[in-house]
Amino acid sequence: MKRVYPIEEYCIGCRLCEVACAVSHSKSGDIVRAYKEEGACPRNLVEESGAVSFCLSCRHCDTPQCAAACISGALRKDASGRVIYDEARCVGCWSCIMACPHGGIRQDVVRMKIIKCDLCPDRDVPACVAACPNRALKFEERP
Amino acid sequence: MLYQPLEAAYYDFEIARDPARCIQCRVCERQCSYGAHVFDEALGEVRSLSAKCVGCHRCEAFCPTGAIRIQRHESDFRDNALWSPQYLKNIYKQGSTGGVLLTGMGNSQPYPVYWDHMLLDASQVTNPSIDPLREPMELRTFLGCKPDALQFDEGGRLITRLTPQIPIAYPILFSGMSYGSINLRVHQGLARAAKELGILYNTGEGGLHASLWDYGANTIVQVASGRFGVHAGYLKVARAIEIKVGQGAKPGIGGHLPGEKVSAQISVTRMIPEGTDALSPAPHHDIYSIEDLRQLIYALKEASDYQVPVSVKIAAVHNSAAIASGMVRAGADIIVLDGFRGGTGAAPTMIRDNVGIPIELALAAVDERLRQEGIRNQVSVLAAGGIRCSADVVKAIALGADACYIATAALISLGCTVCQRCYTGKCPWGIATNDPYLSKRINPEIAAERLTNLVRAWGHEIAEMMGGMGINAIESLRGNREKLRGVGLNEIELDTLGIKAAGK
Amino acid sequence: MYVIVGGGVAAVGAIEGIRSRDARTPITVISKEKYLVYGRPLIVEVLKGERTADEIRYREPSFYDDMKVKVMLGVEARRINTAAKSVELASGESLPYKRCLIATGGVPFIPPTEGLDGSDVYTFTTLDDAERLSAAAPDIGRAVVIGGGLIGLKVAEGLHARGVPVTIVELAPRILSAAFDDVAGKMILARLQEVGLQVFCGCSVAAVLRSPQGRVRAVRLSDGREVECGAVVAAIGVAPDKQLAAQSGIKVNRGVVVDHYLRTSAADVYAAGDVAEAYDISIKANRVVPIWPNAYQQGYTAGRNMAGARARYAGGLPMNSIAFYGISTISAGVTNPANGGYQVLDQIEAERNRYRKLVFKRGRLVGYVLVGEVARAGLLTGLIREGVDVASFKEKLLSGRLSYLDLPEGLRRERLS
Repeated sequence: MKRVYPIEEYCIGCRLCEVACAVSHSKSGDIVRAYKEEGACPRNLVEESGAVSFCLSCRHCDTPQCAAACISGALRKDASGRVIYDEARCVGCWSCIMACPHGGIRQDVVRMKIIKCDLCPDRDVPACVAACPNRALKFEERP
Repeated sequence: MLYQPLEAAYYDFEIARDPARCIQCRVCERQCSYGAHVFDEALGEVRSLSAKCVGCHRCEAFCPTGAIRIQRHESDFRDNALWSPQYLKNIYKQGSTGGVLLTGMGNSQPYPVYWDHMLLDASQVTNPSIDPLREPMELRTFLGCKPDALQFDEGGRLITRLTPQIPIAYPILFSGMSYGSINLRVHQGLARAAKELGILYNTGEGGLHASLWDYGANTIVQVASGRFGVHAGYLKVARAIEIKVGQGAKPGIGGHLPGEKVSAQISVTRMIPEGTDALSPAPHHDIYSIEDLRQLIYALKEASDYQVPVSVKIAAVHNSAAIASGMVRAGADIIVLDGFRGGTGAAPTMIRDNVGIPIELALAAVDERLRQEGIRNQVSVLAAGGIRCSADVVKAIALGADACYIATAALISLGCTVCQRCYTGKCPWGIATNDPYLSKRINPEIAAERLTNLVRAWGHEIAEMMGGMGINAIESLRGNREKLRGVGLNEIELDTLGIKAAGK
Repeated sequence: MYVIVGGGVAAVGAIEGIRSRDARTPITVISKEKYLVYGRPLIVEVLKGERTADEIRYREPSFYDDMKVKVMLGVEARRINTAAKSVELASGESLPYKRCLIATGGVPFIPPTEGLDGSDVYTFTTLDDAERLSAAAPDIGRAVVIGGGLIGLKVAEGLHARGVPVTIVELAPRILSAAFDDVAGKMILARLQEVGLQVFCGCSVAAVLRSPQGRVRAVRLSDGREVECGAVVAAIGVAPDKQLAAQSGIKVNRGVVVDHYLRTSAADVYAAGDVAEAYDISIKANRVVPIWPNAYQQGYTAGRNMAGARARYAGGLPMNSIAFYGISTISAGVTNPANGGYQVLDQIEAERNRYRKLVFKRGRLVGYVLVGEVARAGLLTGLIREGVDVASFKEKLLSGRLSYLDLPEGLRRERLS
């Protein structure tokens, strides 16, 4: 299964990956409206410390701790291997946030639900990977 | 402006931000290395400090909504044909600092650009065009000293011993940009692109980083007056050795890498202490006459076992022709003429903008003189200094060059906007900086791709222009002044260039 | 055939674990309850009237068909005949098994309090409990909840939402005595009182007082005070439902004893979930840790092993994520270090209801309590699980601005590739 892997050596900390993620998951799909009206929220997070930075998103683990912790059954691993979640079932208990060792799940405190990378199922290449200006994200399968 | 010194009172650029499009994503703030964008926590928005803008356009290029435009915003002083605003601002600055004005890249002043006064011929009716999509087009050429005559034995085998020749697939090479003025990642891109294209890149005077020795077959190592990074291994790994006597951006003075840009890695490669200014002296202190040059050329040939051509690079100055003649007779296999538009990482503004002559004139003069003296075949002549496009390359070859060196154009392909702030070490495009955070902005893979694309593109265009003239080999274009016509040039200029006026 | 006794989350984990290796062999699930698996922690939503039973399902009904699982609802298992390898049901029927899993969960602990026998007394661990209490709520004048732990506070919240005045009686000097420490306990107590819940700590219910008609009319506390009420909810705790195992001659301690592969003392019989006493990373010994993620993971590992794998259970951790009237909290591992050998770093912002407490032992994080700000708590959980040496960035952990880049570079790169 292909995942998004960050390349620290090329990440410049610009966070355009976050912008792309937020826009591609917005209702309008329009960058200005997504940010100004919808309160766009990216599923990924650029970690930065000094000259080192990289984009962190859900690792879609083989044995997802988040799915084990989810009390409503919202988080599951689907047939393709992606860890997906049913927003309607999410009760905002944050158990998955407690369990994810990567800190890859975010709270949407307004709607009291989680948000998490879904590997952009409707795109050939995830939005973050396509948007990176320096090829610091790779979408590939690794053993 | 409130509480600012005089020289900061009048600034050159305005950062125009469209509030309807700005989404406060802060990409501009993060990408600007001059602090011209600041996020105001209290207001919850990004504010722009136009006084700090140097016109590098990094923010504009990265803004995901295109909300930013960098615009000229000079205060209007009373019209004065002599005292243009730039002179005033320079004086304000020097009144404060008492220092030499520094700048980067090449001469930006409005001297004539002779490339724009020359036009190329094309075939019509007689001597039909050649279609580069159907016919072979020979862009390849060979750099090195050519013999006066070739002798063959009865069996048709060559008897004459040839000095080392370097085939290059395009008449374009990457000129010297020192490791230190630009960073290792750009060098990696240059080296990889040179290999991919079948051409060469020049290390510049900063030495050769150990990780690039594998690209030796595509490398010209430079021996400049500071002798940074010069040791036996360095000379042996290369395809050619270039003695840098001068460069077009600052004829008569040596190179200058400000201490801020001398990082640990630079220090190791250049063999100097970290953080110290790397000053190359003006003359090579072992070249005080043409005989000394000959001695150094042969010392380098000895050190490299005569395996590689030795090149000598000079800035285009008055008497370039006579100097060139001496260089040829001193044993150089390649000579490089660097015109006054040549770029640099750091030079005193006065020198960059007032010293040297245009490459077009120098090239024509040198080619003519060497032909008159019957020694033109003994060197390959490389033209450098502000070659902007493939048409400039074709014109340069027609004027007499064997090939062109490009450097500024190469950096522009990586994003450079010629903001001329290279000497600060804050290049936000990650090119002219060794700051580890900024350097990451150059991905060597992307750099190599863009450089390769650039030269390939120019190659296609050169083939088209040559084909249009009915020529199918660089050899037939070289020195072929008949293919050029001048427009808007006076008689002396036409004569120096050795070309006819259009219509004649 | 695989037989799973119990139809909760551990059973689901086991089904998914088995099916990851064995797509064919039939599975039968025997459940005492009459509902298909639901999110047990969500029964409070049913009490509140915010969700129906259907809306708290943990898996869709089609799950069982898709996984080729036969479910027997409302059926009780009497004994496991370990010699004959069959599960004997209360009905007399016998189910032969290739491998069997005991996932019977827990039963609420009912104290032997005087007067507790009779009407108007409730527990709160099953959907049935929630439906019962929900039906009775409109007629309850005041409810006394015995126990100020997680279940007690949740049922109190549920009743309060239905307009029922609530009094919580907790034996320990603070509520949430197991999961939280004094500081966190106090913060939440203040919030509960602010909302209008009445809380008595440091005392217990000595007796339940009934009317002549036998209805609950009040409780008498250990300090002599009386609290008028119309219902009592026993929410002291949950004990492993180990009767089945005990009666089958399988080794039990506090719970059903299992090894690192979740095998019980009987061949081909496994145990998982709230009933099992499996490896607990925080004390490096076996313990019953009745926590949802542990139940699922134990079930999953047991399932894989039942289908022929040799997967070691990675170990569980006590951990809880629970919010109280707008204050989020997450805690995990050792939160109340008892003896010496632990270092504690904490940060309290009482006015903002924010608290961060980190517990270290020998340079490693072993527990934490977060109140108010819980973002990326899992980073801490991961550090506890993997026993990472955090001595060099302890302060950073405390600041709440922990980033992935603070982890040792080797660990970070390994995890990301």
